[in-house]
Amino acid sequence: MRLFSIFKDILSSLVQGPVTRDYPAHPRAPFPGTRGKLVIDETKCIYCGMCARKCPAHALTVTRKPDQEWRFERFRCILCGACVENCPKKCLALVDRNAPDPAAPK
Amino acid sequence: MSMLVPFGPQHPVLPEPLQLRLELSDEKVISALPVIGYVHRGLERLAEQKDFIQDTYLIERVCGICSFIHSMTYCMGIEEMMNIAVPPRALYLRTVWSELHRMHSHLLALGLLADAFGFENLFYSLWRIREEIMDAMEATTGGRVMLGSCCIGGVRKDIDPAQAQFVLEKLANVERALKRPAEVLIGDYTVKQRLVGVGVIDGKKAYELGAVGPTLRGSGVLRDHRTTGYAAYGELDFEPVVEQDGDCYARTLVRIGELRQSIALVRQALGKLPDSELKTPFKGNPEGEVAVRAEQPRGEVLYYLRGNGTDKLERLRIRTPTFANIAPLLTMLVGCNLADVAVIILSIDPCISCTER
Repeated sequence: MRLFSIFKDILSSLVQGPVTRDYPAHPRAPFPGTRGKLVIDETKCIYCGMCARKCPAHALTVTRKPDQEWRFERFRCILCGACVENCPKKCLALVDRNAPDPAAPK
Repeated sequence: MSMLVPFGPQHPVLPEPLQLRLELSDEKVISALPVIGYVHRGLERLAEQKDFIQDTYLIERVCGICSFIHSMTYCMGIEEMMNIAVPPRALYLRTVWSELHRMHSHLLALGLLADAFGFENLFYSLWRIREEIMDAMEATTGGRVMLGSCCIGGVRKDIDPAQAQFVLEKLANVERALKRPAEVLIGDYTVKQRLVGVGVIDGKKAYELGAVGPTLRGSGVLRDHRTTGYAAYGELDFEPVVEQDGDCYARTLVRIGELRQSIALVRQALGKLPDSELKTPFKGNPEGEVAVRAEQPRGEVLYYLRGNGTDKLERLRIRTPTFANIAPLLTMLVGCNLADVAVIILSIDPCISCTER
């Protein structure tokens, strides 16, 4: 009959220190290719609307000529990457969520 | 004199909203009646409104634990309907991610079970190990839970040698870290007192009531859909884990055995990873009907798909393993103590959001 067999674990945890991080002061380094948020380089966008057609969550709205507008509802986005894959100009990307946003186009 | 006690939907040990109306005589359960429907999302209907490629992402969100296996089963169904041959590398990669999902699901289930019988420390230990698997999944696909790596005709992401090495390192960590919690779960006196002989269901009864997965295998019935050889399972060497006793302890042993088996399966699959394309291009829309099954961590999932030649499916139906395990659960509960109800519920590893879709 084994009793208190978790004690070995408890004792080793006592000397190891915490395994958790002091978040948000020390966020974890992101993995390469992590899908944190969607960003666009609008200087390359041709406003074809392919991303909006492929988006399963209807998070994107593209207005074609002459207004030319690319609108993104961040709270609808499910970070699947369907838009990134289907963009003919490769101007969309999924990056780490703590990465700085690219400057807005003038 | 008997009394009726509602157990759930909000209860400290329940991870998801399931209500059981328990008829009690003193501390003993006489009968149990399930009440479900608290988290119904109308997902099957929604899937009929989106096109069948967008559905791949939607179906992945049926479950927050075995998400990849859901999207894989759906893709298998569409591929069968449209006669798409999946490249061998994609089949192996699907197997790797399926097994990673099985491991993180079983670690989660064992942790919740430990929490149900009041062993907080064991719960923390098991969930800490689970983080290693989550890291392996994020490093290979970019997502912790919603991998989004399965697509119709193959997979969207590859595992390069550096990533494979990272996954193998994580598996070694898991194998090392799992030793002590597994020892406690298997051998500790207090754990055995709460699990052995509790919630017993014999193999014949479990089979008749339609039990699937570890719930059925814990009662001595060898039924594991992976043995049919879908994805790359036909080319990998494994024996389903079966225990005979049919109690909560047997179901726990099955999950621990499957954790070790999954580690071996991922190692085998990564070792044999063939070189080929990642996906087969296809044209057209699905037409006809198909029923497809796969083995999830909780048991067998069934997908029924019907296409009419347009880009939208006419019908999508999902039968999840928890739904099949609810009837055996009600049988297990009869005659048990009220204090054991939580342990018995967690021993079938219920996933209610999955069941109600």
